[in-house]
Amino acid sequence: MEKFTVLKGIAAPLPLVNVDTDMIMPKQFLKTIKRTGLGKAVLFDMRFNDDGSEKADFVLNQEPYRHAKVLIAGANFGCGSSREHAPWGLHDFGFRCVIAPSFADIFFNNCFKNGILCITLPQAEIDKLTAQAQKGNTKGNDFTVDLNQQTITSPDGTVTKFEVDATRRHNLLNGLDDIGLTLQHAEKITAFEAKQKAEQPWLYA
Amino acid sequence: MAAPRTLYDKLWDSHLVHSDADGNALLYIDLHLTHEVTTPQAFEGLRTAHRKMHRTDKTIAVPDHNVPSTPDRLQKIDDPESRLQLQMLEENAQHFGVPYIPMSDIRQGIVHIIGPEQGLTQPGKTIVCGDSHTATHGAFGALAFGIGTSDVEHVLATQTLQMKKSKNLRVAVDGALPTGVTAKDLVLAIIGKMGTAGGTGHVVEYVGQVFADLTMEGRMTVCNMTIEAGARAGLIAPDEKTFEYLKGKPHAPKAGQWEQAVAYWKTLKTDDGAKFDKEIRLNASDIVPHVTWGTSPEDVLPITANVPNPADFTDPNKQAAAKRALEYMGLTAGTPLEKVKVDKVFVGSCTNGRIEDIRAAAAVLKGKKIAAHVGMLVVPGSGLVKHQAEEEGLDKIIIAAGAEWREPSCSMCLGMNPDILQPGERCASTSNRNFEGRQGRGGRTHLLSPGMAAAAAVTGYLTDVRKI
Ligand code: SF4
Repeated sequence: MEKFTVLKGIAAPLPLVNVDTDMIMPKQFLKTIKRTGLGKAVLFDMRFNDDGSEKADFVLNQEPYRHAKVLIAGANFGCGSSREHAPWGLHDFGFRCVIAPSFADIFFNNCFKNGILCITLPQAEIDKLTAQAQKGNTKGNDFTVDLNQQTITSPDGTVTKFEVDATRRHNLLNGLDDIGLTLQHAEKITAFEAKQKAEQPWLYA
Repeated sequence: MAAPRTLYDKLWDSHLVHSDADGNALLYIDLHLTHEVTTPQAFEGLRTAHRKMHRTDKTIAVPDHNVPSTPDRLQKIDDPESRLQLQMLEENAQHFGVPYIPMSDIRQGIVHIIGPEQGLTQPGKTIVCGDSHTATHGAFGALAFGIGTSDVEHVLATQTLQMKKSKNLRVAVDGALPTGVTAKDLVLAIIGKMGTAGGTGHVVEYVGQVFADLTMEGRMTVCNMTIEAGARAGLIAPDEKTFEYLKGKPHAPKAGQWEQAVAYWKTLKTDDGAKFDKEIRLNASDIVPHVTWGTSPEDVLPITANVPNPADFTDPNKQAAAKRALEYMGLTAGTPLEKVKVDKVFVGSCTNGRIEDIRAAAAVLKGKKIAAHVGMLVVPGSGLVKHQAEEEGLDKIIIAAGAEWREPSCSMCLGMNPDILQPGERCASTSNRNFEGRQGRGGRTHLLSPGMAAAAAVTGYLTDVRKI
């Protein structure tokens, strides 16, 4: 997995609640058999008109947000379908960090598996960051997210602390491969199976 | 004496392979359901890393999302991308040795319908699938939840998942459901009360006589939509009904082991005095048929109500969301829900595509015609459901009413096959999500029960089924 240490970049505000994964990645793009190339599809119906032209008033179609790496969103972000195509699309667009008051469980987990840091902050903090993202967010004078220090530095220099699960942080900082880590416990898995088979033989019939 | 435990605690404890001081656990997975949409990248990941599956006897593969619902689907699938994805599933199943149910097999259907039908879904199991509605299987007292594709790959490679334990949430419902009120209305009412994020971070256990009274089909409908309240999984403790349902199913424990399995399953219930982190209480006798008006399953009201006014909400975020939802849905605040005209009606999906659901729709349609301006699709959840319905003559009733009787598929629940809404079309749907664009770009979805869907087809408007 890709490492995440310090991220510097533009933050795009998307102050909507309950943005679901159908909105982030509509069904017609789930037919791919690859993980890449979904950036063009992310938030598709919000970004594009029926004829395929861009909706000029949507934040990701405006400068400097086209180049955003951080998304500042509303509560319950990523609810609904488990489709990992949603984080794949966000990643492919360029996002490496999503900040919101709350996330849906499956989406939250899927993001970390793809090197995207999800940060949960109280609504009041989100409102401040959103205001910052809406003004004075230019290339070179943008946001810095430091996973080591667990801080977000806004363009005006304000520093916001955040909490993140210690294991997720460790895995992200080091870009660790989950399957590789689990396979270190291979013997325990086999032992579990032997015990379960003795106690619940119908599971192995 | 050991501390009293919840059903979830017991299911969790009995599958722990490993856990560290921080609560990071490795959980053993007893059943992995797979379909064509969320697996290609996972199998590809295995191949790239030169990894094998840990074992193949606890996985099953079945195509559902992209499968057309039309009778000629075995001859041709027009969409090349759908075709490729279906082909990939078959190839991957063959290559890795995963048991596979092809489209031509009578057992084919929506993954969450075939698990129980085949007796693969059993009390006490941990069940995962790259699909959020895996929560369905909790109806059997199994710990079942949806996962992303990276986790699908992880389960294929290790038969385990890395995770932390969720919290316990009890949804207690007192009283009994009034006549004409179904499991779908019950779960919609629960979601309305909890909100779409009310269950985040929790596993729900449903308790109360009303769940004991529900059929297994009804319990599945309730557990299926648990994810729409944000919870990872929903549970109903297994009982005699559960055992009766499973007995004789192809993959259920065989004679000799059956008694041993049932004895174990009977231990799968929350101990007296076990602690829940949160509790929600409702009274079933207050519930009437429900329908959604907005673009989140929490936007739900009794059919007797009017379209709400965004100004009625106190939370400014919710106000903005309601305003956006009404615009998207093309609805005006204050309109009685029964005055909302529908264009399409869909009966099907893993929420309401089982035999009981088809029966409920047919009971309303019997001897009637659907309104001239309405198109109605009835899509059984599996080949076995279809067969059973035809044995009972339900297909004839449905066709005579002017509706279409189709082949098993996810169909218009999300429209990855050709069954989609056109922009602006309004659909009364028995599925589980009314998100913007869910059933087709610009499509407008109202979630309701199969009986309510059929009633809407007959009158052409959202309708209180109790009047029909
Ligand atoms: S019927 Fe709908 S919700 Fe169920 S698995 Fe299929 S697409 Fe998902």
